[in-house]
Amino acid sequence: MSGDPLRGATAICGAATFGLGDAGGFDAMEAQTIAALRALDDAGLDKSQIDGLFGCMQSEFLNTLAFSEYLGIAPRFSSNNRIGGSSFLAHVQEAMAAIHAGLCSVALITYGSVQRSLMGKLQTAVTAAWTPHETDYGPRFPVSSYALMASRHMHDYGTTREDMAHVAVAARQWAAKNPEAFARDPLSVDDVLAARMVSSPFGKLDCCLVTDGAGAIIIARADIARTLRRPPVYVLGSGVAHHAKHVSGMQSLTKTSAVESAGRAYDMARVTPADVQMIQLYDAFTINTILLLEDLGFVPKGEGGRFVSDGHIAPGGSLPVNTNGGGLSCCHPGMYGLFTLIEGVRQLRGDCGDRQVEGLDTVLCHGVGGVFSSNATCILGTENTL
Amino acid sequence: MQTPAKSPETRYREALSQGRFEIQHCGACASVMFPPRIACCACGSSALEWRPATGRGTVHASTVVAQRPEKGGPYNVVLVDLEEGGRMMSHVAGYGARDVPIGLVVSARIETETARVVFDAADAGERA
Ligand SMILES: [Zn+2]
Repeated sequence: MSGDPLRGATAICGAATFGLGDAGGFDAMEAQTIAALRALDDAGLDKSQIDGLFGCMQSEFLNTLAFSEYLGIAPRFSSNNRIGGSSFLAHVQEAMAAIHAGLCSVALITYGSVQRSLMGKLQTAVTAAWTPHETDYGPRFPVSSYALMASRHMHDYGTTREDMAHVAVAARQWAAKNPEAFARDPLSVDDVLAARMVSSPFGKLDCCLVTDGAGAIIIARADIARTLRRPPVYVLGSGVAHHAKHVSGMQSLTKTSAVESAGRAYDMARVTPADVQMIQLYDAFTINTILLLEDLGFVPKGEGGRFVSDGHIAPGGSLPVNTNGGGLSCCHPGMYGLFTLIEGVRQLRGDCGDRQVEGLDTVLCHGVGGVFSSNATCILGTENTL
Repeated sequence: MQTPAKSPETRYREALSQGRFEIQHCGACASVMFPPRIACCACGSSALEWRPATGRGTVHASTVVAQRPEKGGPYNVVLVDLEEGGRMMSHVAGYGARDVPIGLVVSARIETETARVVFDAADAGERA
């Protein structure tokens, strides 16, 4: 059959989390290692079988070097691709290419952070960044950049604070069904609107959590994945796009490079938004979900606010989004992208208990990095989609 | 490739500290860009020319950043589309903790002590 040789050529065969919310005193490297070992157990693999290593930490600039030493592995393919919280979805794309090229066959992708335990301070390994023309004016990073985007979306399309509040409420409703989620108390639209302002139009509850958390996935050549413990979750397509780092450098504040990353992923996967049954996306702020529903092709530009207010993304809705509770209510350990993939894998395997959505074959996972600066999309499917 | 005599970043800041707000125009494709660069981000040409900015612009997006009163209170942060092209982050004086309306026409004022550009509303009520 003609088509992209990467489509379905690799599969995620292991996935695990550790310490979502509070890592219990373990440091970031320890938490990352526990997640990796749990993913190896999940797959039924030994660490000696890992020959590709991918990661991006805020607390460790040379992450894969440190982690290979700590875990005791010697990968023949290694990447610290660092495009923000979407990095892990870009790592999947790199792993697909590296595996296809024969440069590795079983790859481990990890992340860990204990930023909540470290008093919520933003951890960063970058100290000499190119940002002088924004820092002069005191934007709070990253919230003010997203707030500027939201202000323009409200101006152009009539999106309201209530629409955005519905995103937070839907995330909380899903989190209530997820025992691993950090924030599970009931939440109303009024609660979101009444929360103290952080950077208008965002109040505190429009913003993601600050938590600890670690995750790991293992991606292998499909013929290897088929021999392992769990049903393979095939990577049908992937796409990455970025133009600018700063909000002031974006061509459009209301149309992001997610249009391009998703377009590339759809082309590779040979699917359209109509085939996608569920979305796991990086909801750093409530506007993210609205913008991404539009840019990923699920609703026309400008309709995202009304779509979420109509209940489509909440439990029982037509298009489940962030069934773990997302960055808004499940966990947000600094960079969330890897957790979109882990939840997508768990849903496709049927591992999700009370929040399980039945009859799933195709899930779209999407990460954003920086201030919507980078976008990376992965489309995952069961064996039925091959 | 034409190597500029001086760092564009330094050149920009020095002009501001002398009371001049100048931005780069591309000699090849006429693009106007901000912040300062070595080469045109539209066409790649390094034939960039410094010209005085008109200082007029329009507010493209707007937020108010919360801050405790003892630290100075809330303040606005905006993106301004410059009249000749280019977009910059800035601050509109005189709005306090109120949201600066998108579409407001503004004019630049150089704060020499901080070597930064802030904006004032150009005329009360004027909209682009
Ligand atoms: Zn040019």
